[in-house]
Amino acid sequence: MLYREVGQYKSNYAADMAVFPILQDRIGIAVILVIAYVVFPLIGNDFLLNTILIPFLIFSLAAIGLNLLTGYTGLLSLGTGAFMGVGAYACLKLTTIFPHVNILIWILASGFFSSAIGVLFGLPSLRIKGFYLAVATLAAQFFLEWCFIRIPWLYNYSVSGAIEVPLRTFMGIPMTGPTATSLTRYLAVLTIVVAMTWVASNIVHGRIGRMWMSVRDMDLAAELIGIRLFRTKLLAFAVSSFYCGVAGAMMVFLWYGGAEAEVFAIDQSFLILFMVIIGGLGTLIGSFFGSALIYILPIALRLIPANFGIPIRPAAAEQLTFVIVGALIIVFLVVEPNGLARLWQIGKQKLRVWPFPY
Amino acid sequence: MRLKLLVLGLALVTAVPAAVTAAQAADGIYIPLMSYRTGPYSGAGIAIFNGMHDYLNLLNARDGGIGGVRLIVEECETGYDTKKGVECYDATKGKNPVVSTPYSTGITLQLIPKASVDKIPVLSMAYGLSASADGNDFPWVFNPPATYWDGASAFVRHVADVEGGFDKLKGKTIGLVHLDAPYGKEPIPLLEALAKDYGFTLKLYPIPGAQMQNQTSLWLDIRRDRPDWIFMQGWGAMNPTALKEAIKVNFPMDHFIGNWWAGGEDDVRPAGPEAKGYSALGFSGVGRDYPAIQDILKYVVDKGNTQTPKEKVGEVLYNRGVMNAVLIAEAIRGAQHLTGKKQVTGEDVRRGLETLNITEARWKELGLPAFAAPIHLSCADHNGHNGIYLARWDGTKWTKASGWIEPIKDKVLPLIDSAANSYVSANAGWPKRSEACDKSS
Repeated sequence: MLYREVGQYKSNYAADMAVFPILQDRIGIAVILVIAYVVFPLIGNDFLLNTILIPFLIFSLAAIGLNLLTGYTGLLSLGTGAFMGVGAYACLKLTTIFPHVNILIWILASGFFSSAIGVLFGLPSLRIKGFYLAVATLAAQFFLEWCFIRIPWLYNYSVSGAIEVPLRTFMGIPMTGPTATSLTRYLAVLTIVVAMTWVASNIVHGRIGRMWMSVRDMDLAAELIGIRLFRTKLLAFAVSSFYCGVAGAMMVFLWYGGAEAEVFAIDQSFLILFMVIIGGLGTLIGSFFGSALIYILPIALRLIPANFGIPIRPAAAEQLTFVIVGALIIVFLVVEPNGLARLWQIGKQKLRVWPFPY
Repeated sequence: MRLKLLVLGLALVTAVPAAVTAAQAADGIYIPLMSYRTGPYSGAGIAIFNGMHDYLNLLNARDGGIGGVRLIVEECETGYDTKKGVECYDATKGKNPVVSTPYSTGITLQLIPKASVDKIPVLSMAYGLSASADGNDFPWVFNPPATYWDGASAFVRHVADVEGGFDKLKGKTIGLVHLDAPYGKEPIPLLEALAKDYGFTLKLYPIPGAQMQNQTSLWLDIRRDRPDWIFMQGWGAMNPTALKEAIKVNFPMDHFIGNWWAGGEDDVRPAGPEAKGYSALGFSGVGRDYPAIQDILKYVVDKGNTQTPKEKVGEVLYNRGVMNAVLIAEAIRGAQHLTGKKQVTGEDVRRGLETLNITEARWKELGLPAFAAPIHLSCADHNGHNGIYLARWDGTKWTKASGWIEPIKDKVLPLIDSAANSYVSANAGWPKRSEACDKSS
């Protein structure tokens, strides 16, 4: 009833091709941004900010990164965890060598290192496709993980072999390190994620995005219409790894505050891949849905027994959570194999014609 | 319709976190236990957390808590996962916990910088960051009774004893079989320093976490290198696998020694009777011949107020959990004594830990005579570098095979100093110690 485009006329091409052609969508986005920037900081406690929102945003960004590669370009990658690691270690080295440069600049700059490594390991994608490419990126995962453990220079020779995040300030406010409040870190993460999502949205709706999608749909045909596979595929790897690298740097610097190499293990790669698949391949909003379902849902489920006074042991609750989340994933995929983003789209479509669906 | 329900359900489920209630702990001292009863290391975790939980329950059941205040013990499942550990920490922070026991090196590293900010001391009993033994740089972190470096040095002292003196170590080869992760690599700098001083050769045999159960090629290397002694810094499924492989290549079991996380019943049992003679370091007594353990059986286990199967009471890791609970309880008691308050806070317990002094007589009073070496902490020394003993596997159970072995302190302490300094200098802006020092009681 309310969600209807009746009376919204478009008088030029730009308006017609807008990402959010319907007024209500634009209002919706504005409301979400207001909630994220104003309401959550006002009502949020440490638990909400640090345990739910910051990780959710970081995982969303990593999922967007992988989605650009796997969802938009059709190149399956299992190296996401390692590319995130490259970002984190690059950021550590950069801020160690140049401690006076703003940490946020380094978090973004570390994406370029990840990007370079991504292009290097993306080279096999020129010859191999599908599962075979997944195996090649798996090699990247194992090789980089080995580097994180075995090259002491990367973690500044710390005895524990872990990244220890130093204190860095931005205009006198601690941004990273133990004294940084969750609120500052949340706002930094939120701003980076919003900005990068906006950039990603522009990329995928533009020429580059169309090139990627044509490669995904049929690379031979794409080549015939004049798309250079070499550049397009490597560009996809570069941009995707950039996003993953920034997500990795944020994960260690703005969320964990210190991490072992184990954080960037193969599990992380699978986790992000699942987020992308469940959220919806080839959609940006799906990356957020996927991240919410895989990351926030288990936390929410774990809180239920405690908050409703159900006497259940934490270990049993944990096992139950696994069962329920697993079952839900199957349910969602059976109901809509194209992911939550597709469900969302169908929902919106139905709303548009509601209550007279004919 | 079905779709709408689904969407609605999803919206409801994601809305739940907003309803998080930061339930303030009512009257009582709140002790959160970060446990892992699920996941790859649950085998060890279940025993440890049963021990901790049972001892704290015993204090509630037998003495009505500590100093008349009941203990509120709550477990939070981490699955040995750093993410979930931090989640647990944030979730329990609002309930005024008096101490945090992360039980994973990864989680400990996360909590070390947070401890001084949130005023919750971290008690990482013989795990975590070795350098955090330095109380001047880490006023909020405690890792008694011994660091991994103490453990490795006690092993070298034992080797020297068997070989007939430190001068006999010259020309020997000592192998370190270790998990290829920060935890496993921890003893390397110390062993390298000792190798230089005593003239033995150190050979490293790293086992990647993913290859824990596939060590055949590594043990072929060991057979080729023929080290005289092997020290194992292992964890989880790596331990029984290493033992089985060692038996296969006929490595003499009495020259194969594990650290204290490679000395549980479940680490050796799968290796069968040939594992007889393998020994591991330990710092808490084995068996149930202690009055306090008998009390646990009487007040907690027999009442059914536990998850522990009766036959598991008194196993190595169970007793280690008991010991950890004793440290917590003694710190709370010390805090009550220092402040005169009954309901203590994290800040008070930090002072209690700093003045912790469990003498031989006190261990006896606690109903745990000679259960562990006397533990004495101070403002500068948050570890104590206490005695360690050797437990030997006799084919069916662990038995104490040595007296208290002193770590080689004059080698360990300088290393701790330099490691603490480098941690502080790497973390620019690390807070200077501002906490006053209490006189030990």
